[in-house]
Amino acid sequence: MADILKSEQSPSSVEHIEAEKGVDQPFLDATELILNMGPQHPSTHGVLRVILKLDGEKVLNTECVIGYLHRGVEKIAEHRTYAMFNPYVDRMDYVAAVSNGLGYCEAVEKLLNVEAPPRAQWVRTILTELNRIASHQLWLGTHALDIGAITPLFYTFRDREEILKIFEKYCGARLTTHAFRIGGCLYETYDGFEQDVKKFCDFVTPKVDEYETLLTTNRIWLERTKGVGVLKAEDCIDLGVTGPVLRASGVKWDLRKAQPYAAYKNFEFDIPTGQNGDTYDRYLVRVAEMRQALRIIRQAVDSIPEGPIMGKVPKVMKPPVGEIYHSIEAPKGELGYFIVSDGSTQPYRVRVRPPSFVNLQALSKMVEGALVADVVAVIGTLDIVLGEVDR
Amino acid sequence: MPEDKPDQKPASPPPPAAGEKPAAAAAPPKPAGEPAKPATPAKPAGPVPQPWESEMVERFCRRFGSGIDPKTYLGQNYIVADPSIVYQLLQMLRDSEQFDYCVDVTAVHYPQRKDQEFDVVWILYSFPRNERVRVKTMLKDGDPAPSVVALWGTANWLERECYDMFGIRFEGHPDLRRILLPDGWKGHPLRKEYGITQQDSEWVKLNLGIESGQ
Repeated sequence: MADILKSEQSPSSVEHIEAEKGVDQPFLDATELILNMGPQHPSTHGVLRVILKLDGEKVLNTECVIGYLHRGVEKIAEHRTYAMFNPYVDRMDYVAAVSNGLGYCEAVEKLLNVEAPPRAQWVRTILTELNRIASHQLWLGTHALDIGAITPLFYTFRDREEILKIFEKYCGARLTTHAFRIGGCLYETYDGFEQDVKKFCDFVTPKVDEYETLLTTNRIWLERTKGVGVLKAEDCIDLGVTGPVLRASGVKWDLRKAQPYAAYKNFEFDIPTGQNGDTYDRYLVRVAEMRQALRIIRQAVDSIPEGPIMGKVPKVMKPPVGEIYHSIEAPKGELGYFIVSDGSTQPYRVRVRPPSFVNLQALSKMVEGALVADVVAVIGTLDIVLGEVDR
Repeated sequence: MPEDKPDQKPASPPPPAAGEKPAAAAAPPKPAGEPAKPATPAKPAGPVPQPWESEMVERFCRRFGSGIDPKTYLGQNYIVADPSIVYQLLQMLRDSEQFDYCVDVTAVHYPQRKDQEFDVVWILYSFPRNERVRVKTMLKDGDPAPSVVALWGTANWLERECYDMFGIRFEGHPDLRRILLPDGWKGHPLRKEYGITQQDSEWVKLNLGIESGQ
C-alpha cells in the first residue's frame, strides 16, 4: 500500500517501481494502480506472487512472479540414482503424488526396456485414479472457498480423507506416498484392499452428486464462474495448456486415450469436455472426471489379475545410453519426464514437464480485462500446485 | 521383492527384447539407406538409435538435405538438426505437418563435447496426427538458439526457464529474463560445472541478510 501511495506522489519513485517489477509502460496513468497479490495470500494456493496493473477494478496487465518454492529437483536428480530420485517426484505435485510417481517409474522402465507386471499395472491404475479424485476434491474445496462458498471445503475434505486412509493402509503414507517402484509396486495389496476400494466408490458416488447440489445451480456460483476466464481452444493449444482446462475448451484429448499407459486401454471411460472454456465449464469437467475415475476404479478393482506385483529389474539400474520422453495424464494435465541416460547409475539429466507451470502461463491471457475478484477465481480454476510450478 | 534374482534378468531377457524391435523396424531401411550405422556395435548392452524413415522425413530430407539426421530410439522419433536450419525445420513442422502443440523446450549440458556443449531439445506433439517428435540441435556454449515464441506461445516461459537454468540465449524472445531464480542471481544451476550445494552467497547475503551455507 505504501508503495502505491508513494507512486502516485512522485514520478521518480514510479519509475523505480516500474523498473523493478518489469512492467512495460514507464509511467502509470492517474487512474492506474499496481496491486501486489501474494506471495503470502490464501487465494494464490501457495507462494505465487501476481503483480496486477489495475484501472479501478479492471485488470490491465498481470505478471506472475514464481520460484519461491524452487528446490532444484532436476539438479538433485543428477546426483541420485534412479531409484533414489523416485521419492523426490512426489514432492512436486504433492496433492497428486501417486501420478508423479507413475510417470517417473514408467519413464525409467521405458529406458530400461522392462515392463511392470499386469497386476502392478492394475494396482497403479487404481491408486492413480483414486489420487485423481483426491486432487480434484482438494481443488473443488479450495476453489469454492476462494469464491466464497465455504461448505464444499468441508464436504470434499471429509471424503478425501477416505482416499488418504486407503493410501495409508496400502503404503504407510498419506500424501507423499512413494507407492510405486521402478518395475512395479513394492507392496502387495493388503487384505481387504478390493473391499475398501469398492466401499469407497459406493461411499463417494452420492457425495459427488452432493457437491453438485451445492454449486451447479447455485446462483452466486453461476455469477462468479460463468464467462469468467474464458480460454478458447486455439489459445489453449498455442499456450500448451493441457488437462481439464484444455478439455473444458472443447478439445477432446486425454493422454489416457490418445497414448494409453498403465492399464487404461482395458477400461471403458469417457472424456468429459466443455464448450465455453470458462471457469464454470472447467468445474463441470472436473466433477465429471471424478465420476469417470470412479468408473475406471470399479472396472479395475473387479479385474485385478493374479501374479507378481514387482517385475524383475536389475538391482543396480544402469539404463543404456539414450533419451526418453514419457508423459501421463496427471490430474492437472500432461506430466512429462525427459530422461537422458549416460549408461551410469545416475540419470544424466531429468527434465520434468510440469502441467501447472505451463498452465499458469495462461493466467495473463485469462484475466485480461477481468475484475480483481475474477483473478482469484481464475487462479483457482487453473488448479496449480506451486510445488510443481517451481520444482 | 526385487532382490530375487537380480543378476539373471538383466543379463539375458532384456537384450533380445531390446534387440528385436529395432532390428525388425530397421531391417528394410538398412540395405537401402547409408551403411554408416554399424559403426557402433561396441556396446551390445542396449538398443541403438536407428534411422527413422517416413514420408514426412523424406519431405524434410528433400528440403534440408544433410542438415538433418532423423532417428528413432525405443519407438520414439527425433530429428537432430543443424542449428542454422533448426528454426525452419520447426516452422515447417508446425505449418505443414500439423505439429500444433509444443510440449517442452529444454536443454542438456555436455561440457566434455567441444564446441557442442548444449543439446537444445524441442518436444512437439500433433493433435490431429497423435504423434510426437523431438527436435534436437547441438549448440556451442554462448551461441544463441532461435526462439520459437512466435510459433508456439507456450515457449515463452519454457525458454525463460531454459535460459535461467543453462544460460542459453534465445534470439527473438520477447522478454528473456530469469523465471525461477531471482533476477540478480549469478550462475546457471543446471550446468554441469555448477555444484549441487553451490549458491550465489553474495546474493543471499545481500538480499536475505544471512550467511549462505548448507
